[in-house]
Amino acid sequence: MSAVSALTSTQRDDLRVVAAMIVPASTEYKVPGADDSAIQADMIATLGRDTDMVRTALDHLARLAGKPLADLDPARRGAVAHEFRASGGNAAATLTRVVLQCYYRDDRVVRSLGLELRPPFPKGYALEQGDWSLLDPVRTRPPMWRRIS
Amino acid sequence: MNDPVDVLIIGAGASGAAVAWSLADTRMHILCLDQGGWMNPAQYPSTGRDWEARFYGDYSPSPNIRGRPEDYPINDDNSPIKVVNFNGVGGSTVMYTAHWPRLHPSDFRVKTLDGVADDWPIDYDTLAPFFAENDRMMGVSGLAGDPGSPPSDPPMPPQPLGRSGARLAKAMNKLGWHWWPSDTTVATVDYEGRARCINLGHCTPGCAQGAKASTDITYWPVALRAGIELRTHCRVREIMTNEHGMASGVVYYDKDGVEQFQPAEVVVIACNGIGTPRLLLNSASGRFPDGLANSSGLVGKNLMFHPYAQMYGYVDEPTDSNRAPPTCLWSKEFYETDPARGFVRGYAFQFGRGVGPVFEAVASEAKGILPWGEDHHRMFRKLNGHRLAVSAICEDLPEEHNRVTLDGVLKDSHGIPAPRVDYTIGENSTKMLEHGIARGKEILAAAGATNICVNNPILYGGWHLLGTARMGTDPARSVVNEWGRSHDVKNLFIVDGSVFVTSGGVNPTSTIQAIALYVADQMKQRLANLFD
Repeated sequence: MSAVSALTSTQRDDLRVVAAMIVPASTEYKVPGADDSAIQADMIATLGRDTDMVRTALDHLARLAGKPLADLDPARRGAVAHEFRASGGNAAATLTRVVLQCYYRDDRVVRSLGLELRPPFPKGYALEQGDWSLLDPVRTRPPMWRRIS
Repeated sequence: MNDPVDVLIIGAGASGAAVAWSLADTRMHILCLDQGGWMNPAQYPSTGRDWEARFYGDYSPSPNIRGRPEDYPINDDNSPIKVVNFNGVGGSTVMYTAHWPRLHPSDFRVKTLDGVADDWPIDYDTLAPFFAENDRMMGVSGLAGDPGSPPSDPPMPPQPLGRSGARLAKAMNKLGWHWWPSDTTVATVDYEGRARCINLGHCTPGCAQGAKASTDITYWPVALRAGIELRTHCRVREIMTNEHGMASGVVYYDKDGVEQFQPAEVVVIACNGIGTPRLLLNSASGRFPDGLANSSGLVGKNLMFHPYAQMYGYVDEPTDSNRAPPTCLWSKEFYETDPARGFVRGYAFQFGRGVGPVFEAVASEAKGILPWGEDHHRMFRKLNGHRLAVSAICEDLPEEHNRVTLDGVLKDSHGIPAPRVDYTIGENSTKMLEHGIARGKEILAAAGATNICVNNPILYGGWHLLGTARMGTDPARSVVNEWGRSHDVKNLFIVDGSVFVTSGGVNPTSTIQAIALYVADQMKQRLANLFD
């Protein structure tokens, strides 16, 4: 099965709408929403082992909505989302996690958080020593562990 | 049929590697079989931009989620704590936090001191030289002089406190409570061919730098040079016995899935507190209808995890978040028994520096503190990079109803019955968890944290798999004797966490490996009359 066909067209539309409900675009923080086409493409391409759970979540969402999410008025859409989170169990949690894990690795989003666009390896990070004099009062304590005769 | 070997070790993880290395100087023909293969650190998650996402997939600590070919499924539906492990050369030392405390002397005398569970048939002093030898082989960083722990002499300096450690240390000083920089198996300087830590931060699912000790890069290279044979992708189905009631070898599936018989003079099991009882129960036969080495009926019983309560909150200043090894300090303030607390035994605290952005988003959304919609971005920026965490790792007392059996339906990819875990958190542990949560909240409050959250217990926190083939001098009340030999099968040894009599309240890998080295030493001393 190709990545694109992992979800139906209707499911992809609902995923886009619910993703934007989770993380909308922000002009204040200059970041796209999770419905951004590149972020959506990342989600679809990397669904992998989460495909079945995401499908289950989207089916549940469709049942709650009764029609495409995009066709609901904002108040009704909010109510459906609330019910989805409350009753969706592991499937809803998986869908939400898929949205967030793709959103928070997007270059534009990562840059907006002040983070570097790279994996941890091979450069790593600097770690300051910290104030070792904090240990002075602990050093003066008598042994606390029980000795066994 | 394969040529017979003198010693066959099942499992190349923490304890199997230590035993193999120790026995190498006997010049016996020693073979180790492992169901997994060698790991390639270049493929560890921290090498890619999807490093956090893989923690929910192919590098999940749960074998049921991870589902690599090397993994076997575990039915843990009837447990509030799910089993986590890693299968491959190095075992769960590939995927652990590298936190490296030892059990305390009092942990070996629980019955005598506190009137619960049982005393061990060995004591801390017996293991002390093996703790030291293991620290040298694994490469431990830390600081001598901790008043809360028995003396140790780590060969490398401790990890930096960092911002997170310093803030937590100040909080502990404010409360007047003990803390100390943790011993860890993270190399803080270049050590025995391992490069020093460069703070990849995502240590648990494998260290791409090779700074974190796992036995595939510590014990195994030395053991292989000394002549030990290690056969990978070989999954043992059962241990066979002969007409004398002795182990004669094992049946296993090789890397091509072909059934093989490997004869051996001595069999050593090093498969952890789930895998070991599974193998023994799967080795039932006409001679041993209740499972091998199970005349006591205790194989699989007395399973102990360490129930963990995790508390975390958010401070105004940035923390080290994912840019440093996850653990930094420990506290033994509440480790030894104080009857005034309403429970016996105790717990250690281990302190966490923080997490990366994806983990923060997923966890905070699930907790309900990171909203959907318009306010998401403001709140995320308040949370991300500002987390401090403290976990209470509670001593779990042995209870026979907490057990590993064989699942009636579930099987692994070779058709071997899978383990089933039935486990509940006992009353003493429940009180201990409540105490730890209250104290943890005080610590976070003293550190200035807000939005404090609790995970009780940590759902995917069943790292420590202990007690399911306990040691003892009474064959009716234990599975192996005081030096790891089966009471029933005199050429069968167990060296993993299964042999723990009680759990202590600290991460057990250091103690597991010290016991493995001790058992190997006992075998060497008794070679002339090993089966008497």
